Amino acid sequence: MIEIENVRKSFGPLEVLKGINLTVAKGEVLTVIGGSGSGKSTLLTCINGLEAIDSGRILVDGVEVHAKSTDLNKLRQKIGIVFQQWNAFPHLTVLENVMLAQVKVLRRSKAEAEAEAVKQLTHVGLADKIKVYPSKLSGGQQQRMAIARALAMSPDYMLFDEVTSALDPQLVGEVLDTLRMLASEGMTMICVTHEMKFAREVSDRVAFFHKGVMAEIAPPEQLFGAPKDPELQKFLSATH
Amino acid sequence: MFDTALSTNDLIFLAKGAGMTLIVTAISVFFGTILGIIFGVFRYQVGPWWAAPLTFVLDIFRSIPLLIQLVLANAFVTTVLGYRISGFAIACGVLSLYTAAYCAEIVRGGIEAVPQTLRRAARSLGMTWGQDMTSIVLPLATRVALPSWIGLALGVMKDSALVYIVQVVELLKSTQILITRLQEPLFLLMICGLFYFLISFPIARFGGYLEKRWSND
Repeated sequence: MIEIENVRKSFGPLEVLKGINLTVAKGEVLTVIGGSGSGKSTLLTCINGLEAIDSGRILVDGVEVHAKSTDLNKLRQKIGIVFQQWNAFPHLTVLENVMLAQVKVLRRSKAEAEAEAVKQLTHVGLADKIKVYPSKLSGGQQQRMAIARALAMSPDYMLFDEVTSALDPQLVGEVLDTLRMLASEGMTMICVTHEMKFAREVSDRVAFFHKGVMAEIAPPEQLFGAPKDPELQKFLSATH
Repeated sequence: MFDTALSTNDLIFLAKGAGMTLIVTAISVFFGTILGIIFGVFRYQVGPWWAAPLTFVLDIFRSIPLLIQLVLANAFVTTVLGYRISGFAIACGVLSLYTAAYCAEIVRGGIEAVPQTLRRAARSLGMTWGQDMTSIVLPLATRVALPSWIGLALGVMKDSALVYIVQVVELLKSTQILITRLQEPLFLLMICGLFYFLISFPIARFGGYLEKRWSND
């Protein structure tokens, strides 16, 4: 379970998270929508400790992420994150990309790591690309590789930070399909996204962020069907 | 017809000089690179303010002509400190620091060229700072830094000609000795140049080979 309690975060004078309270249960798919600068991506990087927070606390399975005593490297093994930019390691083949952290962090043997990498790459539909370098892949394929790389660490939670925003429109579908598949398999996911149709389909709940505040959170049919918050109404009418 | 007083022994004498050039260069580039990596990583890691004293010292090594550094270091160590130390050791020490000063900048530039987003991705997979440095930053920075580093190594080899000032008889000094004796400057300088070329060429080609091998990604 991920528990976010009254989290505040500023970048200089700009407060990007203004006291967020949110709980994500095991197996839940939460999507986060909102305009740019609403703090939704920052929230994800705070959850896995890539960003510090100013106050409040975030607990992942009861472990406080930002406590000094917390071994962040260990905690991050539980929390996979995939970014807008896919960040393929360009000097490694697709297979090696997915194997690296397994060998270095989880201390799996090469054979184990390779078996797991092949399994995950097959899962995301890249079985025929394992020997090539990332530069030979399309954006959508690189993004799916990044997803496989995160999944190979056997995380309990997956965070997706606008994973389709940097893709050409025709490549968005293949990545969303991968996310849909993960959701249907019961993975606990927080997806920051601009894909409203996707949010409506896969989410258990949808949260709307506006200027650092979680303005509304509800199941998708309710949030999209009968939005209460005036900013959300404006946002939805602008994106439709 | 072409006629020369150059004997086989003279050629061996030149080859020994070339050997000395090679040894001084190899030692200086080796230690200079290790120091340069340490200094470069340090400069990158602590930021410009904390690295300022180190940067200042490295700037001194980069801006004062090597010849002056050699003379001053020799005078300082032997006369001021009173150590009896060979010219060879002085030469290697000064050239190593000189190499390190340039190498630190190359290393820093190489690290800076690795996108922050890649490093963030590595850390988010649970990799430690050290694992990120060795598995992601080092290989990628090396690719960026290699051409400059090869240039540095070749430059140091040619600059090593200046160590004659601390009584080290390397290739150019050997050539000068023979010129004084045989009075055939053009011919001897051609041979000297050929020796330099024979040393440099493999290094340059090796660099080219590595660049090509790494260009698949």
